[in-house]
Amino acid sequence: MTTELRGKSAIVGTGHAGLGEAHGLTAYDVMAQSALAALGDAGLKLSDVDGLFCTMMEDSMPALMAAEYLGIQPRFIDGTMSGGSSFVNYLTSATMALDAGLCDVALIVYGSNQRTASGRLVTASRPPAYEAPYNPRYPISAYAMAAARHMHEYGTTREQLADVAVAARAWAQRNPEAFERGPLTREDVLGSRMVGDPLTVRDCCLVTDGGGAIVMVRADRARDFPKAPAYVLGSAAASSHRQISQMKDFTVTAARDSGARAFAAAGVTPADIQAVELYDAFTINTILFLEDLGFCAKGEGGAFVEGGRIAPGGVLPVNTNGGGLSCVHPGMYGIFTVIEAARQIRGDAPGIQLKDIDLALAHGNGGVLSSQVTAILGSRNTL
Amino acid sequence: MQDAKGPDQLFQRALAEGEILLPKCDDCGAYHFFPRVLCPHCHGTAISWKQAGGKGRVHTTTVVRRKPERGGDYNVCVVELDEGVRMMSRVEGIAPGEVVIDMPVTAFVGEAEGVPAVLFKPSEG
Repeated sequence: MTTELRGKSAIVGTGHAGLGEAHGLTAYDVMAQSALAALGDAGLKLSDVDGLFCTMMEDSMPALMAAEYLGIQPRFIDGTMSGGSSFVNYLTSATMALDAGLCDVALIVYGSNQRTASGRLVTASRPPAYEAPYNPRYPISAYAMAAARHMHEYGTTREQLADVAVAARAWAQRNPEAFERGPLTREDVLGSRMVGDPLTVRDCCLVTDGGGAIVMVRADRARDFPKAPAYVLGSAAASSHRQISQMKDFTVTAARDSGARAFAAAGVTPADIQAVELYDAFTINTILFLEDLGFCAKGEGGAFVEGGRIAPGGVLPVNTNGGGLSCVHPGMYGIFTVIEAARQIRGDAPGIQLKDIDLALAHGNGGVLSSQVTAILGSRNTL
Repeated sequence: MQDAKGPDQLFQRALAEGEILLPKCDDCGAYHFFPRVLCPHCHGTAISWKQAGGKGRVHTTTVVRRKPERGGDYNVCVVELDEGVRMMSRVEGIAPGEVVIDMPVTAFVGEAEGVPAVLFKPSEG
């Protein structure tokens, strides 16, 4: 079963800026440089943009701040804030807005300077009232408790979690854009500083600067652009809670729902997907999402990732840029899952370029496993 | 707090008096937590307050690692009460790393960050 929006929009440009450290730049500077890079990739100008899809970590009205900074007056704005998943979610609203003629050129954009500005997660969100007194470290305590429960119910091991980080590093080592490219072994991960049991610092994503941007148009225009487009075949969102104490089942995320609907919309199955880009804020995320999206059965994620099975040369290419664990993680990583999926399809991946990629999946996570958004991108061959 | 009206105010006032009250829906009979003006299960708006039994089990747990000079490691966990609701809390009286999933615990009113809070200790026997 496919939806009527399947293949109606296409990514015709991607760009990024300030990956790693963006000394002397504000978050909005990095956002704007990313926008220019993506528009350059598409052969378009800022004055062509009439749809803006943006949120940032530091303001309550970031889309307006971004439009003002860029000097544009978009006809359509979406600033829905569901955490890092927001930017995958914008694929849906941008497709709808383009299809309805509410805009002709959609710009999805994000930027952050959290590493050089403070060295830690910058967030405008308030700690939940019924959790704050217990001082959970946001967000790692939430993910640590999900990992603990997965280990308890399914026998998942710290070694298997470590193998997620090791695989991400192996992809990053071949990606000149990646921030962390040094050697990393399972023993390194297990022996590094414990931050929130059972997660060590190497089970956690990077804290970097960086921004990303995506330019989208209606599919009927997509052939007129300099480079091959990546079409949006299906995208779907699901949410289950905001505070971790409200998560019903700590071992099952709403990705089960978002994934099923995205696959149905695209008319494909997990077995068809050639590159998988998941929001890996922590090593447990990759295991949970591989299970919930249907790449393996619930509880088998640990075995699925073990011993290089998702590393280069393994059974399934996962996080081919090195992910949030080793490539880049500027507060919210979601847009980079889409950028890497699109680049694999368009043939301009910065690291390992996989051969003949027609179908790639991008999955965004927001909050504390709260919001899940899945998108399936395809080449012209999949239309 | 004399004129407490809202669900959060009522919960906090009871806590300040050493009582743990849980909201229970008059329509579907299910408890919920955190307190709010409607039942998140059936969306009914007739809510009563019941004294918590205080018994529960650790649903999941972590140790927040912190330098000794800043106060050292501490526990953060989610407890499921016998009433079926879950809340974030910590287990006191044992080392943070000794708190394990499914451990039976008993609630008491203590203090966290200078405010009255529901805390837990390992159940006896």
